[in-house]
Amino acid sequence: MKPSASRARVFVLAGNGTNCEMETAQACRLAGADAVDIVPIWDWAGGRVSLEPYGLVVFPGGFMDGDDLGSAMACAHRLRRTVPRPGGPTMLAELVEFVRRGGLVLGICNGFQLLVKLGLLPAGADHPRPTATLAPNERGRFEDRWVEMVADPGSPCVFTRGISRIEMPVRHGEGRLVFSDDATRAATISAGLVPLRYAADGVPTMRYPFNPNGSDDAGAALTDPTGRVFGVMPHPEAFVVRTQHPRWTREEIPEEGAGLHVFRNAIEHLRSG
Amino acid sequence: MPRRIEVGVRPGFDDAAGGKLVRRIRDHLGIDVADARVIDVYTVDAAVGDDDLRALAASALADPVIQEFAVGDPLPGQWDRAIEVALRPGVTDNVGRTATEALALQIGRAPSQGEAVYHSRQYRFLGIRPADLPAGVADHAAVIAGLLHNPLIETCRIAGHGHEHEPGNAGPAFPPVVPRVALQHRPEVRAHDLDRSDADLARMSQDNVWALSVAEMRAVRDHFARPDVREARRREGLGPEPTDVEMECIAQTWSEHCKHKIFDARIRYRGPDGSECVVDSPFKTFIRGTTEQVRRAKGEADPCISVFDDNAGVVRFLPDWHLVFKVETHNSPSALDPYGGALTGIVGVNRDPFGTGMGARLFCNTDVFCFAPPDFRGDLPPRLLHPLRVLDGVREGVEHGGNKSGIPTVNGSVVFHERFLGKPLVYCGTGGIMPVEAAGREAHRKYHRPGDSIVMVGGRIGKDGIHGATFSSEELHEGSPATAVQIGDPITQKRMTDFLLIARDRGLYSAITDNGAGGLSSSVGEMARRTGGAEIDLADAPLKYPGLDPWEILLSEAQERMTVAAPPSDLSAFLDLAGRMGVPATPLGRFTDDGFFRVRYAGKTVGLLDMEFLHEGVPRMDLEAVWGAGAPAGGTGTGTGAGAGMDLGDALERVLARYNVCSKHYFVRQYDHEVQGGSVVKPLVGARGTGPSDAAVVRPVLASWRGVAVGHGVAPKYADLDARSMAGSAVDEGIRNVVAVGADPGTIVGLDNFCWPDPIPSARNPDGGHKLAQLVRACEALREVCLAFGVPLISGKDSMKNDYHHGDVRISVPPTLLFTAIGQLDDARKAVTMDFKRSGDAVYVAGRTTAEMGGSEYFGLLGIAGGVPPDVRPEEGARIARALHRAIREAIVTACHDCSDGGLAIALAECAFAGDAGVEADLRPLAADGADRDDVLLFSESNHRFVASIRQGSEAAFERIMAGLPCRLVGKVTSDRRVRIVGLEGAAVVDRDTRELEAAWRRPLDLAGEDAR
Repeated sequence: MKPSASRARVFVLAGNGTNCEMETAQACRLAGADAVDIVPIWDWAGGRVSLEPYGLVVFPGGFMDGDDLGSAMACAHRLRRTVPRPGGPTMLAELVEFVRRGGLVLGICNGFQLLVKLGLLPAGADHPRPTATLAPNERGRFEDRWVEMVADPGSPCVFTRGISRIEMPVRHGEGRLVFSDDATRAATISAGLVPLRYAADGVPTMRYPFNPNGSDDAGAALTDPTGRVFGVMPHPEAFVVRTQHPRWTREEIPEEGAGLHVFRNAIEHLRSG
Repeated sequence: MPRRIEVGVRPGFDDAAGGKLVRRIRDHLGIDVADARVIDVYTVDAAVGDDDLRALAASALADPVIQEFAVGDPLPGQWDRAIEVALRPGVTDNVGRTATEALALQIGRAPSQGEAVYHSRQYRFLGIRPADLPAGVADHAAVIAGLLHNPLIETCRIAGHGHEHEPGNAGPAFPPVVPRVALQHRPEVRAHDLDRSDADLARMSQDNVWALSVAEMRAVRDHFARPDVREARRREGLGPEPTDVEMECIAQTWSEHCKHKIFDARIRYRGPDGSECVVDSPFKTFIRGTTEQVRRAKGEADPCISVFDDNAGVVRFLPDWHLVFKVETHNSPSALDPYGGALTGIVGVNRDPFGTGMGARLFCNTDVFCFAPPDFRGDLPPRLLHPLRVLDGVREGVEHGGNKSGIPTVNGSVVFHERFLGKPLVYCGTGGIMPVEAAGREAHRKYHRPGDSIVMVGGRIGKDGIHGATFSSEELHEGSPATAVQIGDPITQKRMTDFLLIARDRGLYSAITDNGAGGLSSSVGEMARRTGGAEIDLADAPLKYPGLDPWEILLSEAQERMTVAAPPSDLSAFLDLAGRMGVPATPLGRFTDDGFFRVRYAGKTVGLLDMEFLHEGVPRMDLEAVWGAGAPAGGTGTGTGAGAGMDLGDALERVLARYNVCSKHYFVRQYDHEVQGGSVVKPLVGARGTGPSDAAVVRPVLASWRGVAVGHGVAPKYADLDARSMAGSAVDEGIRNVVAVGADPGTIVGLDNFCWPDPIPSARNPDGGHKLAQLVRACEALREVCLAFGVPLISGKDSMKNDYHHGDVRISVPPTLLFTAIGQLDDARKAVTMDFKRSGDAVYVAGRTTAEMGGSEYFGLLGIAGGVPPDVRPEEGARIARALHRAIREAIVTACHDCSDGGLAIALAECAFAGDAGVEADLRPLAADGADRDDVLLFSESNHRFVASIRQGSEAAFERIMAGLPCRLVGKVTSDRRVRIVGLEGAAVVDRDTRELEAAWRRPLDLAGEDAR
């Protein structure tokens, strides 16, 4: 069963430490979503709101539960352990069911960390299990800086379609992509599940600061085998207008920021699906 | 039986925290460690079986890909020294709080009373290389432990090498320790007999940390001796003597921190020229008086909506939105615990705009730090921390406070002076955006009435921060209370603010204010002024642990709390929403109109304070301010002649590398400066993101292009030479910084934050009268510059006892005014950045360069202490700023940078390397007054100056706009990445590669080795 109701209806999670819900919701609106709801996590956890009517669920950036137990660890535990409606599925099971039904899921920064800790990336909703993680940055510190990324044209990722090279800011302390073992790493890469890579002059790189955190394979993002679940450390919602770019006063930059492309891809997928 | 869970990185995976620790130990202590491992320890004190603990660890505590855990036993692994650091009982344990919530989810029930999880951190070391140990220290581990814990808030255990456990592969078996607060104390209320001698009153005040003067103690005594007061108390069952609840409440309300008694004093002032006058309240004369004068002159264009009478200043922004700004300091707590002090500073100032009017959403933070140089090598006086440790802790505290709150840190600076060793200055500011109307009412006002409930929202109350307000009004001494240190909890605060913004927009409360210094006594006491009274029952307040005396509950500065007034008709809806959003909210009483602040404990009155006396009863101070009294002579002479012969290219490179000039990217990169999506001009700009912006430009309302420019000026280095220069330069630089990025000078408003050494003379403080005279002189300069530019002051704060005493050692900070400037751009797309853009653009210098080398970075480099510091000529400065703004609006200015620390040469070099370009400039055309030497022209720090590059072909248009002003064409932007400057003799006096200059500028504070390849 495909998501019902309005196809391009977006759920943006908020609360308990999310920080980017406002501008993420704004990016969804600019990308043409029919409706964007910023949903307090307590309303989802309390069974007052479900994922059912939505086509896209976004977990925005922030520090859920302060990342006190490691990035997104406490929040992942909350989604595993919380049953919104008596006798119903856990929040995680609801999310898994949402993906199986054809829904889109986008996790940005802390939201990406959450999807990875839940085992949804890169393994996917059919067999969620932790096969990769986002570890503390190689240099052991939070950084805010703009990075360049190149896309894997062979990736099944819905969100990166039509993107070849893109700039966005990273703003994290735990974004170093690490795979559980070499076999997983090879399989993930060959399946095109690393849709974006940190790059210098168009070439993926392990060199700091272009690769700001020491990620394996220069990976900046992951998708699942369906391409409908996407997690990315840099912030696409932070580049939806020209003036957000760090060099807009000195370079020709289109009015519309390139990060909006990610959101447009999601909305177009919902409309065409 | 408590159980330990240890979590660490799996062998074979990189332990970034361990690597960082090795570097930190090397940088701070010079000790080499072969390998370090950081282990998180969770001590679970709850009736839970090991199966549940294993499940908890597997799901919530240990990342299954890269981490491993052990329940009960230590994690195995090689080590030869181990240090475990735990928080002391009662210190805010954010990780433990989150772990306790995770445990509750695991076991499917709320923890019962006393059940909790506590977090501590274990450090294991291998191969500590022998190095010289300080005399009397037997073990490196003890030295390292000194770096890794702060005994004021943490305990520390060491294992290995003669300590409790022997090294091996089994891991150090630290027994579980539960830092639960266990107070065997029955809450009590004591009365204080004030019918005593002055000497006894002074001693009482000191022993109780009231910080009340004898005159104030007498005023309290006389008030309580009044027959009508006694009669009113008798009717409530209170004796004639004030209770501790009352004394503490008065002491905190009357503290310098809250009452600003010095700024409200009558001061007889004798200035440097011998002239005498009486200043009847510096605040009314120089601050509020200035604002009133500016507002009258502005008429219709007056941007002020609410100034000086709420927690923050409110100004007009868009038809539907106001801006709200506040800057605070958190100096004393940051001296004791840099991380906790600074974290509490930032999340604390967040609550000021949040508690203004009906509340504002927060959209930016600012931070200005003043430290001693981080390469300090002298002997540290007792209780002081090394400046590098202060710097690191403060930086990290603001990082966690700002980043985790989702508020971008958009502007700041780091300033160095040896005397900040005694106390660092930690200024934290916050901007908010407030709807003009919330739930149908003007949002900048408060609407509570008698009968409205008093509701405390947010965290619970413990002994945290008791006497913080009085403590910050005191100098640091050996007995300073450790309870003055708190650790903020940004997530608890975020949950609370998320909830309150929804409640605001639904109209569920009638007023809001923050619980900061003084806790409930301050928040309720202040709010009660509007209605004319309040009554609360302290036994209703939620506590972190039992055993607090009523006065402690009233004064506790436990963080993350707001006080809200809820009308009876909205109370249940307010509490319901709080419950649904997981935010504690507790009614404590109600507002009244009978003229008393009535404090009860379990129904019994324990305090009855006359509102009028509480707020107006503090006696005014009469003070003497005499320039030069008891002070060492200030610097004299012009210093000309010195420095001749130094290669000016070398001088440029070395000035660029001075701490006050060099790049602060180490700080900027670790602060999220873009969250919320409004970033327009970032702190670092230019071709490769290295250029130091003058100010930030932010769009707080994403649907509008209107921008806010946020900048500041601060110049303590001129203070010893002339407080007028220090203050005037700070104000002028702050204004120039926002003008440089495109703010309309007519929209600028200012915030003044004074941090002063004790300005009251005493035996220990013989030059107090001079310091007070410096304060008056600084205020005069503040007023003069603000009036000339038409800048109203909308908010401010002062901190008056920034001194350190130990025995004969006294370290007083240089008098420091931070001036924060807030300007507006009607279209943020007109903003300008400081990086040179295109080769061929014409380079102009606006403003007059004079021989004002005193306090300059160049004199600092040469070791010259005297000289004439920069003065202000604000009338001309204002004309320059207005004209330059017209040129920016014409879009012919391609880059603009203020000329301040380090002088013209530094500004030119920064513009060039930021643009990855070069510059050719000639000193001969400069508008110079009495400056006839190349080094003076290059390095004088005269005020009012800008460097601007002008689009090729628009030179004539620019010169028309600047006609009649000291503004000269000095050269052009080039593409060859060289800074080439021709001197008065017509020959090049500087010819340097910009990439090399940039590297020299970035190196000194590149503390994380960002540039190390």
